[in-house]
Amino acid sequence: MTAIRIAGKAPVGLTAPRSQVIAFLVMVAAFLIAPLFIYPIFLAKMLCFALFACAFNLLIGYAGLLSFGHAAFFGMAAYAVGHSAKVWGWPPELAILFGVAVAAVLGLGFGILAIRRQGIYFAMVTLALAQMVYFFCLQAPFTHGEDGIQAIPRGHLFGFFNLRDTETLYFVVLAIFLIGFLIIYRAIHSPFGQVLRAIRENEPRTISLGYKPDHYKLMAFVLSAALSGLAGGTKAIVFEIATLTDVHWGTSGEVVLMTLLGGLGTVFGPVVGAFVVIGLQNYLAQIGAWVQVVQGLIFVVCVLTFRRGIVGELGRILKLKL
Amino acid sequence: MKKTLLAAAALCAIAAGSAHAEMSGGTVKIGVLNDMSGLYADLAGQGSVIAAQMALEEFGGNVNGTKVEIVSADHQNKPDIGSNVARQWYDVDGVDVIVDVPTSSVALAINDVTREKNKVFLVSGAAASDLTGPKCSPNTVHWTYDTWALANGTGKAVVQTGGDSWFFLTADYAFGHALERDTSAVVEANGGKVLGSVKHPLQNADFSSFLLQAQSSGAKVIGLANAGGDTTNSIKQAAEFGIVQGGQSLAGLLVFLTDVHALGLETAHGLILTEAFYWDANDETRKFAAEFAKRNRGIHPTMIHAGVYSSVLHYLKALKELGADADGAKVVAKMKEMPTDDRLFGKGQVRVDGRHIHPMYLFEVKKPEESKGPWDYYKLRATIPAEEAFRPLDQGGCPLAKS
Repeated sequence: MTAIRIAGKAPVGLTAPRSQVIAFLVMVAAFLIAPLFIYPIFLAKMLCFALFACAFNLLIGYAGLLSFGHAAFFGMAAYAVGHSAKVWGWPPELAILFGVAVAAVLGLGFGILAIRRQGIYFAMVTLALAQMVYFFCLQAPFTHGEDGIQAIPRGHLFGFFNLRDTETLYFVVLAIFLIGFLIIYRAIHSPFGQVLRAIRENEPRTISLGYKPDHYKLMAFVLSAALSGLAGGTKAIVFEIATLTDVHWGTSGEVVLMTLLGGLGTVFGPVVGAFVVIGLQNYLAQIGAWVQVVQGLIFVVCVLTFRRGIVGELGRILKLKL
Repeated sequence: MKKTLLAAAALCAIAAGSAHAEMSGGTVKIGVLNDMSGLYADLAGQGSVIAAQMALEEFGGNVNGTKVEIVSADHQNKPDIGSNVARQWYDVDGVDVIVDVPTSSVALAINDVTREKNKVFLVSGAAASDLTGPKCSPNTVHWTYDTWALANGTGKAVVQTGGDSWFFLTADYAFGHALERDTSAVVEANGGKVLGSVKHPLQNADFSSFLLQAQSSGAKVIGLANAGGDTTNSIKQAAEFGIVQGGQSLAGLLVFLTDVHALGLETAHGLILTEAFYWDANDETRKFAAEFAKRNRGIHPTMIHAGVYSSVLHYLKALKELGADADGAKVVAKMKEMPTDDRLFGKGQVRVDGRHIHPMYLFEVKKPEESKGPWDYYKLRATIPAEEAFRPLDQGGCPLAKS
C-alpha cells in the first residue's frame, strides 16, 4: 500500500509534524498537573468525552462520514461494562474490554448497513439504528430502564490499582484516553488514513486507483465505534452508573457539536471542543435548561464566524497543523 | 473584674473556636436536590428550598454559632445527573446533607453515593420503600411517606369498599415498580385480584393506548402507580375516554395537593388519597402554610415540602446535640436516638432502618360545592395511626434491622 505522493515531497501527513508533537506534549503535561487545580472526577469526565469526540472525528473528519448514532456505541458499551462488572463481577479491565468488543460488534452491524449510503442518508440510517438501540435499552431488563445500572463497582485494575481512590482513577482514565488518542493518531497518519482522506475528497478517483472504499469505510466505522465504546465504558466506571442518557440521541448530537466546535479534521480539535462543551454544562448548571440555549447560540456563532472550529482557526492563524 | 471578664471572653472564644472546628469546612451546607423544571417541579421544586429555608430560619440560622447555608440544584429526573451533582457537592463544595430528591431512581443513586462518602441523605420526595428495605443505609433517613404506606392507605381503603379487581397503569421506573408491587400485595392480602398492568415511560404525554388496555381489561379499579404530571395527565385523559362513566374507577395511588389543584375539583372530586400532611389540619399547619404560600407564589405546601421542613429541622437539632457534622453515619445515628417533634408532623421517631414514623391520613377530595375556595380540597376519611402506617421493621429486609 503506497501513500499518495505529491511531486518531490515526502508523503503528506505520514510523519507527525513537529507542531503536533509539541502540542501533544503540552497537552499531556497539562493533564498531569490539572488534578492539582480541578476536581479529578470532572476532569475524568472531560477525558471520556474528549476520547468520544476524537473517535467521532476519525469518521467525520477523515472519512467524511457524518454519523448521527454514535451514542449507541457509547451507551451500549457503558451498559456492557456496568452489567459485566456488577452482575458478573468482572474486574474493570476485562469489563472495559468487553464494552469495547460490544461496541465494535455493534459498529460492524451498523457499518455494513450504513456505508452503502452517503451524506444525509448515511446520517439518517445511523440515527435510525441508534434509536432502535435506545428503545431496546429502554425495555431490556438488564439495563433497568429509567433507573439505569446503578452502583457499578469500580474495583481494582489488574487486581492492583484501587480505583476507589480518586487520584488513581484519574490517572487510569488519563492512560486510557492517551492510548485511545494515540491509536487514532496512528490511524490518521498511516497509509490507511491517507486512503480515507482520498475517499473523502474523491471517491470515484480512489476506486480508479484500485482501492475498495467500502472496506476502508467499514474499518474506519468499526474503529470509531470501538473507541467510542472505550470512552463510554470508562465513563461507566468513573461514575459507577450507566443510564439512558448515554444512549440518547442527544448524546449523539453533543458529540457532533464538540467536534465542530473544536475543529473538524484536526487532531486536537475534538479534545478542546469536548472540554468547552462539558465545561459549559458544568459551570452553567445553575441556569438550568438555559444551558441548551447557550450551547445553541455558541453553535450558531461557530458556524457563522469560525467554521474551522477553535483549533482549526488557531492553526490557520499560527500557520501550523494542529 | 475587668480581667475576669477578659478571661471569660477568651474562654468563650476558645470554646466557640473549638465548636467551629468540629464542623467540616467551617459551615454546614444543606443541598436541596430535586426536579426544578419537569413533572415534579410543583410538588417539590423550588418549594422544597423554601421549606428548608423556613426550617433554618426557625432554628436561628446557625448551629452552635456555625453558619448554615442552603444550596440547590435540578436533577432533571435523571439518575446520572443526580449522582454527578451529589458527588461534586460532597467532594468539592463541602455539602454535608442532601435533602428531598423526588424520583426514586435518582434517590437510589444518591443513596449509594451518600453511603460511599459517609454524608447524610434525608429523603422526602422519593417514594420507593426499598430505601428502608433491601437498599437501606446507615446514612439515609426516609422521612415523609413510601410506597408501602400509600398501598396500605389508598389500596386497602379501595379494596374494602368493593374495588376487588385491579389493573395498574405504572410509571416505568423504580418508583412505579415499587408502588405496583406494594399495592398488589395489599390487594391480594385483602382478597382482591390483580388482572394485569401496563408500564408507561416517565414524563409521558399520551396515555391513550395504555388507558384503552386498562379499559378492556375489565378491572373494576384502574390503579395509577405514577405521580405528578403523569397522574394528572392520565386522570384527564381517562375522563376523555369516559372510563369512570363506563363503570370503572380510578385509584390515584400517589396524588399530591398540587395535582388536585391542577386537575380542578370538577375532575378530581371523590378521589381517595393517602398523605402524610395536609395544610388545613390545625392552627400550626395553617400558620406554616400561610407563610409558605406567601413565599411560593401562592402555592400551598405539599407533604413533600412539609417533610423537607421537618427533616431539616430534626437534622439541625441532632447536629446541635452532636456538635460535629463530618461523620454522616454518626449524625444519622443521633437523629435515630432523639425523638422527633415539630409543629407539622408532631411527635415521632426515626426507626433503625431509617424510616420516620408518624401517622398517615386517608383523605377524600371534596366536591366543588363543598370547597370554600382554592386549596380547600380534602376532607379526612381516616387517620392511620403511626404504628400501622408503615411497613413493620421485620418485613422490609433491611440488613440494619437484623443486627
